[in-house]
Amino acid sequence: MRIGKDLVAAAATPVVLGILAEGESYGYAILQRITALSGGELEWSDGMLYPLLHRLERLGHVHSEWRQSDSGRPRKHYRLSEQGEAVLAEQRRQWSVVGDVLSKVWPDDRPRLRLALGEV
Amino acid sequence: MPIDAPHDLPTDLDALVASWRRWMQRHDAMSATDLAELESHLYDTVDHFVAAGLTPDEAFLVAVKRLGATDDLSREYAREHSERLWKQLVLTGDGGTDAVDEEDAARPLPFHRRANGLAVALALGAGAGLAVKAVDLATDDPAQVVLNSAVIVLPFLALWFAWRRRPSLGVLATVGAVFLVTGLALNLYPFAVPDTATAGSEVAGITAATEIIAMIGSFVVLWLAVGIAYAGSGWRDERTRMDVVRFSGEWFVYYLLIALGGGALSALTVAVFASIGVDVMQFVGEWVLPLGAAGAVLVAAWLVGAKQRVIENIAPVLTKVFTPLFTLLLLALVVAALVQWNLVDASRDLLIAFDAVLVVVVGLLVYSISARDPLLPPGWFDRLQALMLASALVLDVVVLIAMLGRTGEFGFSANKTASLGLNLILLVNLAWAMRLQVGFLRRRTGFGALERWQTAMLPVYFAWAAILVVVFPPLFGFA
Repeated sequence: MRIGKDLVAAAATPVVLGILAEGESYGYAILQRITALSGGELEWSDGMLYPLLHRLERLGHVHSEWRQSDSGRPRKHYRLSEQGEAVLAEQRRQWSVVGDVLSKVWPDDRPRLRLALGEV
Repeated sequence: MPIDAPHDLPTDLDALVASWRRWMQRHDAMSATDLAELESHLYDTVDHFVAAGLTPDEAFLVAVKRLGATDDLSREYAREHSERLWKQLVLTGDGGTDAVDEEDAARPLPFHRRANGLAVALALGAGAGLAVKAVDLATDDPAQVVLNSAVIVLPFLALWFAWRRRPSLGVLATVGAVFLVTGLALNLYPFAVPDTATAGSEVAGITAATEIIAMIGSFVVLWLAVGIAYAGSGWRDERTRMDVVRFSGEWFVYYLLIALGGGALSALTVAVFASIGVDVMQFVGEWVLPLGAAGAVLVAAWLVGAKQRVIENIAPVLTKVFTPLFTLLLLALVVAALVQWNLVDASRDLLIAFDAVLVVVVGLLVYSISARDPLLPPGWFDRLQALMLASALVLDVVVLIAMLGRTGEFGFSANKTASLGLNLILLVNLAWAMRLQVGFLRRRTGFGALERWQTAMLPVYFAWAAILVVVFPPLFGFA
């Protein structure tokens, strides 16, 4: 199954913010994490992550810093800001409303859908 | 790139990455740091696939492929970093049918599209100049020409954008309506013609205060209307609005350069002809000046579209030069105001001068925001800007108190009310901008909040200027 483009675009911000809430990270590791979490079903071109990260940084949701990786290459690390945490909490509320509604209109799928939306 | 190149040397991979990087550098939307970040990503991906058993160049191919199609990627970067290529119009229209691209493709262009539409710009510029001259000849009243200068000249600029950026019909109708209403208000209102003996200030033969205010308002309203034509249906979008601000700033710099050059050339012409006993003063004053001043509006707009690279590097430099100087000026004014503390009795001219300083400060602030890379962390310049904002804020409060004092003493006149309203708008702008600036310095908000605030003020300026044009004259009895 491929998830549609619009849905991927809508999910990208909360997913990336959520991953950064687990701790600071860098582009490649974030993509690895998304692939691992979604079992490869939530995917987009690798490069597209970076403009998104830049937007989040411009809006002040994340901060960034260049560091050396273990192999000595420069690498840009991102971490969630306080404002980003607030935005993430807000997005979470919104998504759980959407999840609730969907699980009510599709009662059969309830357990699986709730799982997919990361709801308890 | 050679697919079956020998892959035993690790430098092969570096060479491949270097050639990839050279290829990507052709895309203006991506800066060197963006490429460094993507390059680091490429190496990470290559390491991953090499560990999984691929050869380095196989891994490299996969890694590049996974980054996504170059054009899509470049467009995505452009969308986020419009400050890097706002002039190239890639984001408007249907998928970026851009004159520059077409030229690159070496397809023969119709004459009017060559050189970025220079022929159209020159034709519109000539039209604007002739329109000014026609009104001058028809009314034989220089005051009428000055009063209507924005109404006469700026439609040609709006037409230029209508041709260049193809906004929707609804947008065009709105812009047209704004021009129409402004023109009607300026010309149908029965502005008073005071006796020359009692007249106060006078600007180019216009004596009624409400008329002068309406004229200044018309410049702002119509310039922003041109901005709507530029932005098209994207006018709600903060990034598009920022592009309008960038256009205005660059246009201003070009116009100034042309005006200086034109002025020097005219003076030289007059001097040379005077030396051989021919007086061309009248010719220069009556033909060259109005035609040139109006035509230069279009030429400057064309230059902004065609030749940004030159100025693009100047804009940040200009803000870095003038922000410290203005901060010094403001601090000196604050000290002077606190030492003297007699602004309440100060003449009206002084208060208007203070207002003008504050307008320039806000202009400088907006210009620096538009020229700044939003991803840079806060630095010395941002701290300096906070100092400038703080002193401007103090000054604004001082001026406001002085104005309220004057109004309490002498009552509301058109002049006082207009500058009072402007002052309040500036106060709100400066206060919130200060708050955001401090938040940005302490890394609590992103730079985006500063951009959004300044672009959100544009409709406020529009509204206040529209009130100055339409409501003020009847409200103050056309005095």
